[in-house]
Amino acid sequence: MVASGIPPLAAMLTSLVVFAGASMVASAQLLASGTPALLVILTTLFINLRFMMYSASLRVHFAHAPLRWRLLIAYLVADNAYGLALARFADHPDDPAKLEFFLGTGVPVWLAWQLAVLAGILIGSGVPASWRLEFAAPLAFIAMSVPFLRDRATVAAALAAGITAIVANDLPLRLSVVAAALTGIGVGMLFERKAR
Amino acid sequence: MSLWGTILGMALVTYLLRATFLLLPPGMETPGLLRRALRYVPAAVLTAIWAPEVLVDDERLLAGVVAIAVAWRWRATFATIIAGLLALHLFGFLR
Repeated sequence: MVASGIPPLAAMLTSLVVFAGASMVASAQLLASGTPALLVILTTLFINLRFMMYSASLRVHFAHAPLRWRLLIAYLVADNAYGLALARFADHPDDPAKLEFFLGTGVPVWLAWQLAVLAGILIGSGVPASWRLEFAAPLAFIAMSVPFLRDRATVAAALAAGITAIVANDLPLRLSVVAAALTGIGVGMLFERKAR
Repeated sequence: MSLWGTILGMALVTYLLRATFLLLPPGMETPGLLRRALRYVPAAVLTAIWAPEVLVDDERLLAGVVAIAVAWRWRATFATIIAGLLALHLFGFLR
């Protein structure tokens, strides 16, 4: 974000209050090119629409948790914390310590993220590009997605979503992720029905 | 709108998306159809995030295949990232 001309303090504050990496990268590019504020906020909404789906599936596990904990859980929702927690809850559906598990993944993920953003602001582009560390992000998402491929229906959902995301990659506002999610869900449910 | 206003708007929108279903009254049951659909959200969304990043060139594609194999066999995040990065450099070096 700082590289696109945003003051370091504003970049750190954004990381703390928004806490959503993909939308931060996108909004920094939009702000740098003088995009109107409302469009930047709308783009953020689309990129982070997946969090709404995450909140719906976390509700299955946390609907009866005290409100203050639900408010905190909502703030900590992130791709990796969600992925780890849902993988655990799928293996242990009756785990009595789901809240503790979610906080145990969510808080370290949050802390590591904020420290990494701070380091990025302070060190900037000190890491040589030849290390190709930018590929670590998609690799981390591969590691997170594979454990969810449990049967034919989930594999079909992932394949359909992956293909849609590639085909629709040029859509504006990162709409490809939303389109891929809807396609994946639809295909998954179709396969589930066939298997019965 | 100032930069600060934009940041505040982004924060509000993102928090509300995260909180929507968690803040509905506890007594409300999640409908069965929604519950069924949600089973496919993690596999679909998480795959959609990395797929376009891997289908960029041969090196990334091959490194992605290695990473998927490692993730499938060992289910370990750190090992997957290291294997994928090593494969990326190896294929880059061989080319």
